[in-house]
Amino acid sequence: MKAIKKPKLAVWKFSSCDGCQLSLLSCEDELLAVADTVEIAYFLEATRAQIKGPYDISLVEGSITTPEDVERIHHVRHQSKILITIGACATAGGIQALRNFKHVDQLISTVYANPRYIDTLATSTPIENHVGVDFELRGCPINKEQLLEVLNAFLNNRKPNIPRYSQCIECKRAGTVCVMVSQGIPCMGPVTQAGCGNLCPSCNRGCYGCFGPKETPNTMSLSKWFAGLGMEKREIKHFYQLFNANAAEFRKESQRHE
Amino acid sequence: MNKSKTRTIKVDALARVEGEGSLYVRVKDDVIQDVKFRIFEPPRFFEALLQGRMYSDAPDITARICGICPIAYMMGACHAMEDAFGVTVTGPLRNLRRMIYCGEWIESHVLHTYLLHAPDFLGYEDAIRLSRDYPGVVEKALELKKLGNQILEVIGGRAVHPVNLKVGGFYRSPRKKEIRALIEPLKWAIQASLDTVKLFAGFEFPDYEYDYHCVSLKHPDEYAIHEGRIVSNHGLNFEIRDFLDHVDEEHVAHSNALHGRLNGSETYLVGPIARYNNNFEQLSDLSRQAAKEAGLGPVCNNPFQSIVVRAVEVLYACEEALRLAEAYEEPDASCIEITPRAGEGHGCTEAPRGICYHRYRLDTEGRILDARIIPPTSQNQKQIERDLWGVLAKNLNMPEDKLKWRCEQTIRNYDPCISCATHFLKFSVDRG
Repeated sequence: MKAIKKPKLAVWKFSSCDGCQLSLLSCEDELLAVADTVEIAYFLEATRAQIKGPYDISLVEGSITTPEDVERIHHVRHQSKILITIGACATAGGIQALRNFKHVDQLISTVYANPRYIDTLATSTPIENHVGVDFELRGCPINKEQLLEVLNAFLNNRKPNIPRYSQCIECKRAGTVCVMVSQGIPCMGPVTQAGCGNLCPSCNRGCYGCFGPKETPNTMSLSKWFAGLGMEKREIKHFYQLFNANAAEFRKESQRHE
Repeated sequence: MNKSKTRTIKVDALARVEGEGSLYVRVKDDVIQDVKFRIFEPPRFFEALLQGRMYSDAPDITARICGICPIAYMMGACHAMEDAFGVTVTGPLRNLRRMIYCGEWIESHVLHTYLLHAPDFLGYEDAIRLSRDYPGVVEKALELKKLGNQILEVIGGRAVHPVNLKVGGFYRSPRKKEIRALIEPLKWAIQASLDTVKLFAGFEFPDYEYDYHCVSLKHPDEYAIHEGRIVSNHGLNFEIRDFLDHVDEEHVAHSNALHGRLNGSETYLVGPIARYNNNFEQLSDLSRQAAKEAGLGPVCNNPFQSIVVRAVEVLYACEEALRLAEAYEEPDASCIEITPRAGEGHGCTEAPRGICYHRYRLDTEGRILDARIIPPTSQNQKQIERDLWGVLAKNLNMPEDKLKWRCEQTIRNYDPCISCATHFLKFSVDRG
């Protein structure tokens, strides 16, 4: 009789802060159980051991910013049955996509004395711009419960239960009083996808968009409200130009405020 | 024809470090020719991205330099802005900052020591394989790490990239009962940390020492974490604002991380060993006693023992967090009012991996004209290469795979944070 093989899991990193991979190691109560369910075949941050592909599930963190990255992501795609991108870098280009709004030569010379040593692309782009992606998990960083849900869903051949509605719904459910209505604090909640657990408003702060655009966001209307609260054009632009600056809806809205 | 014998050791993608790096070593006729610890993590240009942003954006943006030590960046940025605006955060708000920093030390040190470094000493590829032979050990480590994260969540709102820190203090003060709920787990954590120190003390440490030039913060009243002057065991003693008069960065071809240098050329060490050697007397009685029982003197010069020093720091951080939690009273206001003005500000704190420096120049509205950030791993890069030379020289007769692993272990002594250092590794030994 043939023994049942555990599905092989690989974790890949591109340009990023490692925070989303860390979310997997931060599943303190579930980590050893996950390690029992899947074979961790490639996860450089956690292990020296490397098992060859193909892999059943690949989790990809980070954005594409160098010519080598472009080649490597195709290599990852070829070896992966299911490819899931994790975090704002992999799904939208991340904070480093702010370079897409500037001239890259200027950036290099600001940081490095010998620009000729640096090999980089002019843009930071999400994984789906380069290869097919089976599921995108949002967040800067991702929410570890959502990560476990997505893994669980794909391991059991079902659809992940990850809502695309706005942060506002999370506030209403938690009974958090709206910071924008009650205190006039600018908040990205109405156009931002739920998932963090209404963190900022419950800290008396406006949402700053870690989870990227919700489905069909009405950014133009929200910007009018921001202007009504006395925000200047540049401030509104910068609000959209954070960790999901390169997500289409946020990028367009920020550019309307150039 | 060249008959001399050349060996190369290559590690193309170092494991159990945060970020992407490699090692290349070339040995000819048993003489080391070249050692390159290379950082190929792609550059992310944070300093340039910050130009034109409001001062208030800096903590949240710089947090994204590193998912493992976001507090180090957020607090460095906050302190630098406060320095520029002439504001000092004191009292309960200062204590909350010290306490959340303790949480980051616990989370980061426990992650590194148990999950990334201990497997080297016990001969495992990773902690998950280790956990199968040592049931209970990894579970306890994860519990301890979780407590570090809980401190971050209670005060910061989230463990990775906290949302509640701002220039001047916090968006919301934690409730007394939320902080008090950490007291019992912290009491358990002190015992678990003592066990950790004992466990690591029993490891076998490769024979290697270096007379390090240790650079760290020093504070008159406490084991420095987030405030102080910069001092060294070679007599340096200066204010944070004078940092760039003493440290500069060199851009070398083999690395995307700038190499830190002291006084134009000197190699130096930052991080747990540097702090321990400079500030040993300021550790708690219990921590000093535990260090002594683990066989550490007041000075540690064997980098492989950094795992024990980290465990001592975890113990100290748990004690300190407990002290602060027990004394916590809700502050009258969650932050100090900020009035932006033009100027220059400097901030430096002890990230888990060592001192992390920020400098900003601001215009009258508080917009960032330019930014400079010097993370700990950049500063340690030269010293890592020095240690590799030393460790290789002592072990050239080792079989290839063991020597390669020993080199990796040497690099992991530093808990290098490669994501941080690229504003940072592959391993190769070339014996050809």
